[in-house]
Amino acid sequence: MAVVTGIKEIIKPENLVYKKTNIMTENILSYCPGCGHGTAHRILAEIIEEEGLQSEAIGVSPVGCSVLLYNYLDIDWQEAAHGRAPAVATAIKRLMPEKFVFTYQGDGDLAAIGTAETIHACNRGENIMIIFINNGIYGMTGGQMAPTTLPGMKSSTSPYGRDVKTMGNPLKMTDIVATLPGSYYVTRQSVHTPANVKKTKKAIRKAVRYQKLDKGTCLIEIVSNCPSGWKMTPVQSNKWMEENMFPYYPLGDLKTPVE
Amino acid sequence: MKKELRLMKGNEAVAEAAIRAGVDGYFGYPITPQTEIIEYLMEANPAETTGMIVLQAESEIAAINMVYGGAACGKKVMTSSSSPGISLKQEGITYIAGAELPCLIVNVVRGGPGLGTIQPAQSDYFQATKGGGHGDYHLIVLAPASVQEMADFVDLSFELAFKYRNPVMMLSDGAIGQMMEKVYLSPQKERSKTIYDWATTGKPATRERNIITSLDLDPNGQELFNLKLIAKYNLIRENEVRYEEFQIEDAEYLLVAYGTSARVCQKSVQLAREEGIKLGLLRPITLFPFPSKRINELANRVKGMLSVEMSAGQMVEDVLLSVNGKVPVFHFGRMGGIVTTPEEVVECLKSKFIGG
Amino acid sequence: MTEEILIAGFGGQGVLSMGKIMAYSGVMQDMEVSWMPSYGPEMRGGTANVIVIISSERISSPIIKHFDTAIILNQQSMDKFESSVKPGGILIYDGNGITRHPERKDITIYRVDATEEASKMNNPKIFNTIVLGGFLKVKPIIKMENVIKGLKKSLPERYHNLIPINEKAIQRGTEIIKKVS
Ligand SMILES: Cc1ncc(C[n+]2csc(CCOP(=O)(O)OP(=O)(O)O)c2C)c(N)n1
Ligand code: SF4
Ligand SMILES: [Mg+2]
Repeated sequence: MAVVTGIKEIIKPENLVYKKTNIMTENILSYCPGCGHGTAHRILAEIIEEEGLQSEAIGVSPVGCSVLLYNYLDIDWQEAAHGRAPAVATAIKRLMPEKFVFTYQGDGDLAAIGTAETIHACNRGENIMIIFINNGIYGMTGGQMAPTTLPGMKSSTSPYGRDVKTMGNPLKMTDIVATLPGSYYVTRQSVHTPANVKKTKKAIRKAVRYQKLDKGTCLIEIVSNCPSGWKMTPVQSNKWMEENMFPYYPLGDLKTPVE
Repeated sequence: MKKELRLMKGNEAVAEAAIRAGVDGYFGYPITPQTEIIEYLMEANPAETTGMIVLQAESEIAAINMVYGGAACGKKVMTSSSSPGISLKQEGITYIAGAELPCLIVNVVRGGPGLGTIQPAQSDYFQATKGGGHGDYHLIVLAPASVQEMADFVDLSFELAFKYRNPVMMLSDGAIGQMMEKVYLSPQKERSKTIYDWATTGKPATRERNIITSLDLDPNGQELFNLKLIAKYNLIRENEVRYEEFQIEDAEYLLVAYGTSARVCQKSVQLAREEGIKLGLLRPITLFPFPSKRINELANRVKGMLSVEMSAGQMVEDVLLSVNGKVPVFHFGRMGGIVTTPEEVVECLKSKFIGG
Repeated sequence: MTEEILIAGFGGQGVLSMGKIMAYSGVMQDMEVSWMPSYGPEMRGGTANVIVIISSERISSPIIKHFDTAIILNQQSMDKFESSVKPGGILIYDGNGITRHPERKDITIYRVDATEEASKMNNPKIFNTIVLGGFLKVKPIIKMENVIKGLKKSLPERYHNLIPINEKAIQRGTEIIKKVS
């Protein structure tokens, strides 16, 4: 009996500390255990809810593990062809400038096949937000080398490690975007600890504000993990990310507006 | 020389056969259900053995243009992808056809349109056989129905590509790409050292410069070129039709099917014959050139034909043209990545022709 | 002789590799074989299955809906595939995690508790070869020497030290499989 009263006590509304964000749908996420995509979705959903953007937001989902993102956030979505999300978002924002328009893309999507669209949308300073999940690999197709794969890093198409002489160097797309006059706010974050989640959330909130003020492209890179593609446990993958990804892709702002 | 026996996926067989055929370069981009091709090649690392170049491009568009560049040097080059990626390659493919360059493009088809599904389909038949990109052109299209053929057709593709200076497409599907079967592999060939007189290899004093282009601003010149292409395609139609027949001697009805559907239909033929229905199968091996003449001949002997494809009905149009009204022709197919069952084919045949 | 087999379970249970050993063993016995996996995105704890056909004749369709033998290794697969065994065919299952046991009366049902046995043998990885042993006991279509050859062929060289333990597992599978109905 005591136990039951205990539970009843605990589930009282005033004791509630954490719950599913309303913007997240009931659909079960298809991600591997420990994958950063889920956390990134959650904070995006929180911002949309907190800023009251549900009826304004139009998202463009990529081709990659997050291809089904449109099933998880209860807003309007368009699914773009692989790499083309920034072009799709360009038209949405130009034709419906009062809406909040964003893309959510992986490294293969944004920095390989979609390089041209990314650079040109940012160069035009399209007033959109781009969320860029950099996990250094093609997760969806089973762990092939991405443009962001680190030197020496193994993947299914660099089974002996990425040889920069024949396979090129990891591409720092965010750094490139930061040099373009059209980009307004460019930052690199992560979501693997509560502190980093807070920072990323703050960055997204800023981007929302800048878009309202018609400031130009905001790109938020989230350096993330891919336990399956990296062939690690979630915990190992986060440690490996801190030790290997962060030195190459240091966290922090790359371009901040003078306000 | 003795052939080596292996158990392999269709995709792996293409990759291994490419190394053994002495291919000079492979350029690709990952996409399911054909990513094993580039993965296998990267693991095998033929740069160390035959000197074959293997490169993961930043996109399918880049990959096909790498093929253009390599082919224009007279090299044996190839790419592979699956439906959405093949769509992206279409611009490069029409330029390759327009510049009359030899190469191999492998399409391990998945269901569409759009991002569609990653499961097997045969819905790229029109795209493969009727052009795909803009302008009047044809690819030579080979349709493997087994892992063995995925391996064998690599060599055959390059033979035809160089013979006619024409791009060749191997039109496979997710089932044959992913399935493992026994395969007998040919021994390693040396990479060719031939220098083609049309290729850009650096102009010696002994020949005119070579320019690889598909541009002709003079309408008369362009028309002459189109006529030359037509003549080439007619020659291909004359010489290169390939097909396989299965139990057609006494057949009263004929199935026409290629690739995975042809495998399914073999079983349908068995099932129908157990019920006393005299059914046969014609399996086109070349989809361009299409075995029209043979199908037209068979139309004199059978009461009807059923084109079985994992599509909404594409090859059926070529069957209809071949039959030219002599007997009724119907289409049967599942879509969306669903593979037809042998029983469904027999059911359809009965409902269309035998009334019940 | 044609044997059409389905193996279905969770991804990571060694479903595909068990099929591969079977297929290789068939090759060693000079048979025709096909191995057709279900494939999907690299996600995410889902189900995996593979159709293996071993035949003395050329194999027609590698994708079929009805099987001589179904080897079923989780509840989802049981729900999905119990009905796909041909009448008179065989269903083999591991009881671990099974909440609804097979009910059909027109097939022969065997149970091989390989999960439990593998943990008794202190090696969860040999789970699939225990199941394979069970299968070979009720369907001795391939000679044991060819199965061992197939095992060698399907394991990369660097894992060849694992062959003896897998041989033992196959042996154990033949001992523990029991007819249920
Ligand atoms: C035109 C085209 N080419 C290739 C693919 C196959 N494909 C799907 S997702 C993907 C890569 C995804 O990697 P990334 O963008 O890094 O996302 P992640 O899965 O790692 O989150 C590829 C190559 C496709 N769907 N379309
Ligand atoms: S494959 Fe990688 S990126 Fe995709 S869901 Fe799994 S862990 Fe995440
Ligand atoms: Mg990625």
